[in-house]
Amino acid sequence: MADLLNPWGWLAVALQALLFLAGAPLLTGWIRRLKARLQNRRGPSPLQPARDLLRLFGKEAMVPHSASLVFRAAPYIVFGSTLAAVCTVPLFELALPSAAMADMIVLVGFLALGRFFLALAGMDVGSSFGGMGSSREMLVSALAEPAMLMAVFTLAMSAHSTNLATVAEYNLAQGLVLRPSYLFALLGLILVAVAETGRIPVDNPATHLELTMIHEAMILEYSGRHLALMEWAAQLKLMLYATLIANLFLPWGLATSAAPGDLALGLATVVLKLAGLGMAVAVSESVLAKMRLFRVPNYLDLAFVLTLLGLLSHIILETTP
Amino acid sequence: MNFTALPLLDQSILLLAALVLFTSFALLAQTRLTAAIHTFAWQGAMVAAVTALVARTSAAPHLYLSAALTLGLKTIFIPWLLHRLVRRLELEREVEQLRRPALLLLTGAALVVFSYWVVLPIERLGGGATRSTLAISLAVVLIGLWMLAGRRQVVAQVLGFMSMENGLFLAAVGATRGMPLVVELGVGFDVLVATILFGVFFFHISESIDSLDVDRLDRLKEEEPL
Repeated sequence: MADLLNPWGWLAVALQALLFLAGAPLLTGWIRRLKARLQNRRGPSPLQPARDLLRLFGKEAMVPHSASLVFRAAPYIVFGSTLAAVCTVPLFELALPSAAMADMIVLVGFLALGRFFLALAGMDVGSSFGGMGSSREMLVSALAEPAMLMAVFTLAMSAHSTNLATVAEYNLAQGLVLRPSYLFALLGLILVAVAETGRIPVDNPATHLELTMIHEAMILEYSGRHLALMEWAAQLKLMLYATLIANLFLPWGLATSAAPGDLALGLATVVLKLAGLGMAVAVSESVLAKMRLFRVPNYLDLAFVLTLLGLLSHIILETTP
Repeated sequence: MNFTALPLLDQSILLLAALVLFTSFALLAQTRLTAAIHTFAWQGAMVAAVTALVARTSAAPHLYLSAALTLGLKTIFIPWLLHRLVRRLELEREVEQLRRPALLLLTGAALVVFSYWVVLPIERLGGGATRSTLAISLAVVLIGLWMLAGRRQVVAQVLGFMSMENGLFLAAVGATRGMPLVVELGVGFDVLVATILFGVFFFHISESIDSLDVDRLDRLKEEEPL
């Protein structure tokens, strides 16, 4: 457990937050690049999303006449809550004071706060698309959140803690154990992550087709720096879920001490893991088709049942009565 | 018994048993017939793998034979037979409309909890790591039964029935290192005959009511109601 008053620990938190901020557009660019390669296109450079963000920050932010304060405040709240959520997830080092302060339930809470304001912003302008997007987002998240919490509880039951760093440390210490509950929690969490980050088959991040979009519908009225913050928050969320999956279920390589060698190894392995996950996302998005919105509840039911099975198999198979 | 202290082979037995349970859930919710038959084949393969692993860990070589029997019968032969039937009845693209898919799945989860509660006293007696698969196998049996009750498509009901048999077999393997070989051969033969009989019934049902939806068997009148 990290010392809360150690200034070096907080320096590590700041460094990690910066890495997340810089890495999130890169990860998105990497996935887009791979998808383009799979479709036989050359595709833009992985730096393109970062360049887009920079350009958007330089542009004037237009605000509709009918918008209220919520519309202006929402990008900052969404971005801020996502950034706070990111700080609680150990990226390459375990001894983080921010990770010691907040557990997984706080993480889910931060994400819910961001989502709440995102949905409010979608409805604020009063355009029909925004409202439609918000209602869809709420449908998805109301079903995804219980599954996410179930996956979290499954992990917590094995590690006897809801703290992310403790869980990762526990998994790291016990080495290779074939826990059925972890397999189910992993599968459930992957399904939840796909739904929550708005990827195919739940939502298509590249579309602006009125009838199908979810996330894009809510941020349709945004421009300039507001849009940049919203997009950046979405990219951060993608990287957050990828890091969560990589570091909880494949914790090997995470730095347990602040020695420079450990840190370098931790950084290198997490970059490899994220690149691998990005590849998996690109392949699955090239293979799968987007499903109808009314099939999404069935998909998330499956995620819920998977995580529930994880919980049950922990009790049935992994503990002695 | 601490899970992390178990040897890796025992852990993989438990992992595979959990996957068998998952395939039961997949069968329960799978509305496409061809995919459901594939899922059933996977379940058979996993039961066979559990059997082979139990044979390895408990040094019971006769279980290898049962594993081979399960693999041949439930992973290859019966799915092949069902595929052929589905092709001949032209049901490959048939999608059954489930009335309440979420309710179907959650009842399945409740059945898992129930079977754990039932099996708890038996597990307390001890008897090795694989004893805890007993609750899983009972759950597979109950979910198969629930599939018989909750699904309307005849082929899906047959798959539920067959997966019940998978659950029974898993229970025998996990709890008592398998049944005597004669019993096993008998059960295998029974399943084989049942599949062939079911095939004949499929043809009769589809000929007389022009569909494999058993709900339509309720109607006693000859003519369609308006």
